[in-house]
Amino acid sequence: MSSVNDFAFKIATVNGTGSASANSLLMQAIFRMGIPVTGKNIFPSNIQGLPTFYEIRVSKDGYTARPRDVDLVVALNPSTYAKDVATVRPGGYLVYDSSWPLEPELVRDGITILGIPFGRMCVENFQGDRDRTLLRNIVYVGALAALLEFDMDIVGQMLVEKFSKKKKLFDSNNTAIKLGYDYAKAHYQCPLPFHLEKMNATSDSIIIDGNTAAALGAVYAGATVGAWYPITPSTSLMEAFKGFCEKFRKDPETGLARYCIIQAEDELSAAGIAIGAGWAGARAFTNTSGPGISLMQEFIGLAYYTEIPAVFYDIQRTGPATGMPTRTQQGDLMSLAYASHGDTKHIVLFPANPEECFYISVIAFDLAERFQTPVFVASDLDIGMNDWMCKRLKWDDGYRPDRGKVLTAAELANVKKFSRYVDVDGDGIAARTLPGVHPNGAYFVRGSGHDKHGAYTEDSDAYQEVVDRLTRKFATAATAVPGPEFRIQTGADVGIVSLGGCHAAVLEAVDRLREQGIVADYMRIKAFPFNESVRGFLDKHSTVFVVEQNRDAQLRSLLALETGMPRDAMVSVLDYGGMPLTANVVVTAVGNHMARVLA
Amino acid sequence: MTSIAKPPVRHPGLHKNALGYTVRDYEGAMSTLCAGCGHDSVTAALVHAFWELALPPHRAAKMSGIGCSSKTTAYFMKQSHGFNSVHGRMPSVTSGANAANRDLTYIGISGDGDSLSIGLGQLSHAIRRNVRMLYVIENNGVYGLTKGQFSASADIGTTSKKGEANLQPPIDPVLLALTLGATFVARSFSGDKAQLVPILKAGLSHNGLALVDVISPCVTFNDHDGSTKSYKFTREHEVEVVATDFVPLRREVVAPETDALVSVVTMHDGSTVRFRKTHEGYDPTDREAAYAHVRACQKRREVATGLLFIDETGKDMHAVAKTVSTPLVDVPFEQLCPGNGPLQKLMDAFR
Repeated sequence: MSSVNDFAFKIATVNGTGSASANSLLMQAIFRMGIPVTGKNIFPSNIQGLPTFYEIRVSKDGYTARPRDVDLVVALNPSTYAKDVATVRPGGYLVYDSSWPLEPELVRDGITILGIPFGRMCVENFQGDRDRTLLRNIVYVGALAALLEFDMDIVGQMLVEKFSKKKKLFDSNNTAIKLGYDYAKAHYQCPLPFHLEKMNATSDSIIIDGNTAAALGAVYAGATVGAWYPITPSTSLMEAFKGFCEKFRKDPETGLARYCIIQAEDELSAAGIAIGAGWAGARAFTNTSGPGISLMQEFIGLAYYTEIPAVFYDIQRTGPATGMPTRTQQGDLMSLAYASHGDTKHIVLFPANPEECFYISVIAFDLAERFQTPVFVASDLDIGMNDWMCKRLKWDDGYRPDRGKVLTAAELANVKKFSRYVDVDGDGIAARTLPGVHPNGAYFVRGSGHDKHGAYTEDSDAYQEVVDRLTRKFATAATAVPGPEFRIQTGADVGIVSLGGCHAAVLEAVDRLREQGIVADYMRIKAFPFNESVRGFLDKHSTVFVVEQNRDAQLRSLLALETGMPRDAMVSVLDYGGMPLTANVVVTAVGNHMARVLA
Repeated sequence: MTSIAKPPVRHPGLHKNALGYTVRDYEGAMSTLCAGCGHDSVTAALVHAFWELALPPHRAAKMSGIGCSSKTTAYFMKQSHGFNSVHGRMPSVTSGANAANRDLTYIGISGDGDSLSIGLGQLSHAIRRNVRMLYVIENNGVYGLTKGQFSASADIGTTSKKGEANLQPPIDPVLLALTLGATFVARSFSGDKAQLVPILKAGLSHNGLALVDVISPCVTFNDHDGSTKSYKFTREHEVEVVATDFVPLRREVVAPETDALVSVVTMHDGSTVRFRKTHEGYDPTDREAAYAHVRACQKRREVATGLLFIDETGKDMHAVAKTVSTPLVDVPFEQLCPGNGPLQKLMDAFR
């Protein structure tokens, strides 16, 4: 099969050996050739010595989901040979290190096996174990550059940029590239039938991961207090926030910080810090993953009931318990929507990619302050940690934060008796005051039962008056959160509902289903609570598929609970093994179901 | 926690402080604690300390967790914002509030259950972070709201109301704080207002976390014979190590007394703490000596009280984080958001 700019390849190595930078070099070079590209890092929960994989998909059509087939595998980890060779599509290629004899495990009919003596060339050309190990990765970059026809000017330019101040490193990396490149050229027919060709489809794009984009969004939203406890896969969010703050948030004269980042003793404390800062009037956030969300439950309920804004990023990973910390999942949907004991409901936002992580961050801070409540950004490991090609981020300089109903000192000067939880205009949102602003604004935050004035109560009516208003507030929130994104086709037979990181795969699946004669409308949920159009979409389609990445069909449950749609009227398409979703899963599930229905 | 407003009766002859407030202006709602509770005496001492310092009430924030002690934040300074958070987590909420607005005076009220069991980690890390706040532990050795279980500060051998003896060793907040590097460590007794008020005032002026452990007997569940946190036991075994006098900045600063038994520590705002030594050679600026002394007292079944240790040279959370002097809540948005120009420049680095 010959194809230009439409294939995928995978590199199997051992983690901690320096392959990550080689892999991002490959991806970035393709991107700079103007070709749409996606990289998925499938890494172990480990620092050194376990199998790690990097999948690169090249798609002239701009599909960014994980690829269906792998056309070429570079197998450099003997412990995963058997699995790696099995992932090559029939007719595909396997590249192995021919410094040693071909292992029987790697032999398979119907694929082409290319041996390149990476190890031997490194031993012959470089000194020391460390260099030989690290540069082996660069040698395979060179070999792939020949086999897949990379633009060598771009590869050369990237080496210059990377090692501009390190002459010695530049020389050794340059030699390594040439070793691989020349060997492949000399021994094999280059390029392979599938290869690269320059395009002009990435000029308005960037390569970024979701955690970096979310952190940038927090900076632009004006967040000043960040509290966290390190946890995979959310750690890089706060590290990026710190980096951006060091760049953008130092007082130019004094060099002092216009931000405060606190690495807390645990996630409970991180939540408490964010809530304390939100109460005092700062835009504050914490970033965590499922286990952290479990630990934060009590504080989340406090912030909900006492009406304090804070943004919680949940970079979901595979649960339950410790689960698979370096694998992705959408397993926290239910536990976010109704986090904490008692009657609680929360605003949850579902970014689909890094680009949206940036914009949704800003929306999250606005919603948190407007509705005086915790707001969750439910990202996941795939979005958060993988490199995605996205549109360049843009900023409207006219943006000003929505601080919600906060009484100023001047307003408070005319207030005789401030009542914290009185709704004066029917939207369910009461005005709040910040400590330190005016003596008339003082009130007592209490997680215990309180009346509309904020006073302690054990009176049924006074208690219910407050929690009923919270329900009204939540109903108002449903009209203010981002509505779903629709992709409607004429003559659609079925409807597909999905959210978050499934988006890229579902978009691709919708196209492929159409080729198979199944025309599908698509609704991507961007926020909880659902607005009215969600139920409208469900009603409009006789068959509705709900695509999500968890075992228990949590989105479907939320749809059933909150829209009244019967659960069994929606067909679940579930994928929860921890890998980013492929379009294939959706196409197969929908196709099979429709075949059964029509049979 | 019930809040019952106090009748606004004012004696016309009440003294006014520099802000024109009487001591009654620093009071809060009526206490709903048991009659004779030590905590109410601590509340009264706090009210006096605030009044004497002429603290603007709306510039203070009262922070607490859960428990009898945590309820008391409602009983003083009704013109201050109060935050009754979750059990054992007051330190983190205060850390966040302080991070956001460093200019407020933070008063954290906690108990031995709140700080030494469920919140031990939070207390420890607030000390480590050196959040600028007054941190009062109203310590009675017992869980009052759940009716009389031993707390982590109960001494070995102390008995419950039902006669059961506690067999586990106590966690002593003073020793803990000294070990963790706290820069202000005091112990007092709710029944000793003369000692407690100056300590609270000094703590409110401290440049960091000021930990004050106050033995505050529970009249209902832990005031019987056999308890080591009763009024009787504490009165009989209290040993004042250093007597403290706090001199606020605006009062005329007199030359330090030459008396060899008086030493002076100047607080970061210029006010002073004067120590009158009741124990020959006790040095409240020597951490190791303070630790050894408290331990020695405990071995003799004495309760060492006073401002036991102070270090005004420590850096608080903001000094360590090098944050701007303007509270972060007051930094204008224009100084927080870099704008589209720098964003576009940054985007080039992602290509």
